[in-house]
This record gives sequence, C-alpha cells and structure tokens, in this order.
Amino acid sequence: MKIDVGSPADVHAPDAVPDAAGGTVLSCRGLRRDFGGFIAVNNIDLDVRYGEVHALIGPNGAGKTTVFNLLTKFLQPTKGTIDFLGHDITRMSPSEVARMGLVRSFQISATFPHLTVLENVRVALQRPNGLATQFWRSVSSLDRLNGRANELIDAVGLSDIRHNLAADLSYGRKRVLEIATTLALDPKVLLLDEPMAGMGQEDIGKVSEIIRSVSKRHAVLMVEHNLKVVADLCDRITVLQRGEILAAGNYETIASDARVRSAYMGIDNE
Amino acid sequence: MADTNLALPVERSTVAPYKILFLVMAIVLLVAAPWFFYPIFLMKVLCFALFAAAFNLLLGYTGLLSFGHAAFFGGAAYFTSHAVTVWSWRPELGLLFGVAGAAALGLVIGFLAIRRKGIYFGMITLALAQMFYFFCLQAPFTHGEDGIQGVPRGNLFGVIPLGDTLNMYFFVLAVFLIGLFAIYRIVHSPFGMIVKAIRENENRAISLGYSVGAYKLAIFVMSAALTGLAGGAKALVFQFATLNDVTWQMSGEVILMALLGGIGTLIGPLVGATLVVTLQTYLATSVFPVTIVMGLTFMVCVLTFRRGVVGEFYHSRTGRGLTQKDGD
Repeated sequence: MKIDVGSPADVHAPDAVPDAAGGTVLSCRGLRRDFGGFIAVNNIDLDVRYGEVHALIGPNGAGKTTVFNLLTKFLQPTKGTIDFLGHDITRMSPSEVARMGLVRSFQISATFPHLTVLENVRVALQRPNGLATQFWRSVSSLDRLNGRANELIDAVGLSDIRHNLAADLSYGRKRVLEIATTLALDPKVLLLDEPMAGMGQEDIGKVSEIIRSVSKRHAVLMVEHNLKVVADLCDRITVLQRGEILAAGNYETIASDARVRSAYMGIDNE
Repeated sequence: MADTNLALPVERSTVAPYKILFLVMAIVLLVAAPWFFYPIFLMKVLCFALFAAAFNLLLGYTGLLSFGHAAFFGGAAYFTSHAVTVWSWRPELGLLFGVAGAAALGLVIGFLAIRRKGIYFGMITLALAQMFYFFCLQAPFTHGEDGIQGVPRGNLFGVIPLGDTLNMYFFVLAVFLIGLFAIYRIVHSPFGMIVKAIRENENRAISLGYSVGAYKLAIFVMSAALTGLAGGAKALVFQFATLNDVTWQMSGEVILMALLGGIGTLIGPLVGATLVVTLQTYLATSVFPVTIVMGLTFMVCVLTFRRGVVGEFYHSRTGRGLTQKDGD
C-alpha cells in the first residue's frame, strides 16, 4: 500500500523540523506524576526520534497511559520537563501542543460518531486551513477541503465508505479513520494509545502497514500490548514497570533482558 | 492556508428540492395566517418558537443543557422595554438593545458555566439565572412585581406604525425568519461543524488543536443573543415585560418545548413551541389545570416518543426516505 502523507498544512507549526532520521522530536526528562500520595510515574526519560516507531510497553497499571497523558498535556506533570522540537512545552495546554504538531489518539476509538468519514477528516483540516470559526458561511465552503480529505481517506483504504457515519464503521475501520484524521494535521509526532487493541488479525496487518509508512515522515510513539506487533514494527522500545523505566532499547535488547522477561513476559528462564 | 486549495470541488452540498418547496409553503402559510387566526396568538407562537430554536442551538447541536435561558429571554424583554419606554428608542433599536443585553448576559453566564460539564453546567446556569431573577426583582428600572407596563410599539424605522396589529405581525414574522435563518446558517457553517464535533467527542476535538472552551462560549453567546431577540419581540407584542419571563419555570418551559418537538432538528423546537403555546392558550379558558396537562404531556413524550414529534418522524421510514443523509 502506498501512502502519501503529503505536505504540511499547518502554518502555525514550528519550523525546526529535524529532517534527518534519528533527530529527537519529543523528549522528556525526570517526568513524575503523583495522584494524591500515589506516584503513578516517576523519573521517566524518553526520546522520540524522527523516522522511528517507538513503543511503550509494560504490564497493566505500569503507567503507560499516564505517560501519554503527560506528554500530550492532558495531565500536568508534578515534576520534570517535556521538550518538543526545542520548545519547552511542560506548562502548555493540550490544544496548544496539538496545534504545534503533537497529536494523540485515545485508547478507546476517538472518532466523531455522528459525522461521516469525510466530515471526520475534514474537522481536522478545518483549523489549519482557517475554516473553523466562520459561522456566517455555508458549510459548502468546506468542500474545498474535500480533495485533501479524500486523499487521506484513500490512503487508509476507506474510499468506499467515505459518506458513512463513523458510528456505523467496524472497530478496525474506526481506528483507521482515527489515524487518517490525525494525519490530516500533518503532525510532527503521532502518539497512538493502543492502536491495535481489540482488532482482528487482518486489521492489525493493515494498520501496521499504515503506521510503518507514516513513520518514514513522522515520529511515532505508541502504547502496545501485542508483542508480535511491537517486534515487527517498532525500532525502539521502552519498558515501564510500576511507573518507572525498567529497560529501553531495540527488541533484541529488550527480549534478552532478564528483568523484562520476568516482569513483563512472565518468563523466568527458558 | 496551505496547498489544499488545489483540490477539485468533488461533491457539493446541495439543498433537496422538496426542502425549498416546503420552505416556500411554510412562508406562504405564515403570511396568510393572520387572516385565519388571532394575530396576537400567532405572534406569541412565533416568539416562543424562536426562543425554543435558539435554546436548541445549545442543547441539540452543542449538547449543553442550560437551565437558565429565561434570564436571556426575560432579560431582553426588560432591556427592550426600558429602551423604548424610558429612552423612547425606535422599536428596531430597542430590539437590538435587548439582543445586545442578552448577549452580554450570555457572555458572563456562559464564561462561568462552560468550565463545568453535564449537570454541573446546568446547575451553574440555573444559579446565575436565579441571581438575575433576584436582581430584576430588586432593581428599580424593572418596577419589581409590576413590571414595565405600557411599552409603546412605536414606528418601525420611524415610519411604519407597529400599533397596527397586522404591521406588528409582519414585523414579528420577519424577526422570526431572520432569527431562524441565523440559526440555520450557524448550524450549517464551518463553525457549526466544529461545534458538532465537540458535542460528539470533546477530548478528540482538543487533541486536534481546538480550544473547545472558546467554541462553547461562542455558541452560548449566540444562543443567548437569539433568545434575546425572541424575548425582546415578545415584550413589544404584549407591550409589557414582567418577572414571569425571568423565572426558572420559563427556563423549564423552553426545555419542554425543545424536547417535545425534538432536539437537534431545526423544525422540532418550532413544532414543540407551537404545541405548548396552543395547549396553554386553549387550556387557559377550560376547566383543566394547565400545569397538570403539561406535566402529563411531558411524561407521555418521554415515555413514548423520546426523540420528540419531529425527531420520531425523521427516524420513521417516511422521514428517513425524505431526509436521506442530511439530518434536517
């Protein structure tokens, strides 16, 4: 499948794009979040690089989603700093960082159920194209976004159902629509929270392919449980346990780490 | 404004021909109506229909349930009445003053209320509207329990005497149509699309970079302003502004109208308002107690047709055949 993720549509995005593969796009240092007396995550250092798929894995309750919420500013960190393309975003709001190009997905599928597939993608295109606040214009003024929206819809293989309501789509296709919507913003980093959760094998293959091609021109950070997917897709893996980083590296390093094997995979020895 | 402009206009949104036919018929009926029905009654229906439609802009299209819309309706009635009675403004300017006042009130109440969601949002609007009620009870310009009486209708643009009932009817009809067109335009606009997206999935809208608070406040103020248009027009029709229009019962009544007709549809609130006002008018002279009949109607609506009269029609086979994929 050939996927053209196109050129930047957001005029407000920072210019400092590290185009060389391996340049750090998003990083955090010493990230910590307390909920009352409970330390949900502590001392998290993370570097997400351009052109790479970075996975965050760990057992349930390890703090993966918390890290996600911290990075995207849906939660405020108790301690630590977050840097995005050379900007300190530690104290910004989630919509501000989204406008800079840090766009997330959610664990449960995040579509606009009573809008059509086309409208879903167009909602993402409206803001960067300055078509979001006009309450005096007809909705047909949005038709000029259809071309770009249809490109994205074609790229993820939803062409035949572009006029269906998102609510009527299968689970796998909702996730795919979500990715198309995210790509519409031409984000610098995609944060995907369990993109394969609850998907059939066939859909997993399709979505993996989409993510792989996307990662060539973006940085991708994903939370994932399916280790086969992680092994196939991810260049770098960070393992969390009880809110702290247990190990980091590529799949081989992780898979041979004794602590990871006992903590996460539940294998003591082979 | 990047390179999306080179896209060809593939599908254009068009208005179905039956809709235009329906619209023309409706306008013809409304123009002919004062020769068949009591004009004051018709004007009351039009004012409440606009009120319910403006309220529905918030509940149906944005998913925000306000319990305080009486503040904008009754507030505008006071502002308009005061402007034309005390300051001797022309009726159209008085009406605009009412709209501006309701919008300003909406800005304050909305600013505080949009910080919370669901029932808390509703409670804040209710609390602030009650505060406004007590302000109206105490403030000298409202004349407390007496209200502002003998509001002159004056001459529209300084030339057309609105004391003439038929002139007044067409003025109210024009106000109603303008208000309704504004609502239609807002709902079917780029802005309306974002508002719908926020209703559908607020967190996703945030993650796409939308400052949802600003959008909610904007739609809240628009709803308040259009409610003010209805309230100001009602004050001119009945030539008085009373405390009755700022009570919480009035906020409840508009919720009933919108639900009865069908929220999230353009026509629903109009039908709901017509039903409620008609029932009230006819029951007022009968032996049946109005409140009990209204309560029963509401219960029947909730139990048997939760989408409202128009909502159920759209959902039925005939309705779906007509509307296809566009909601209203």
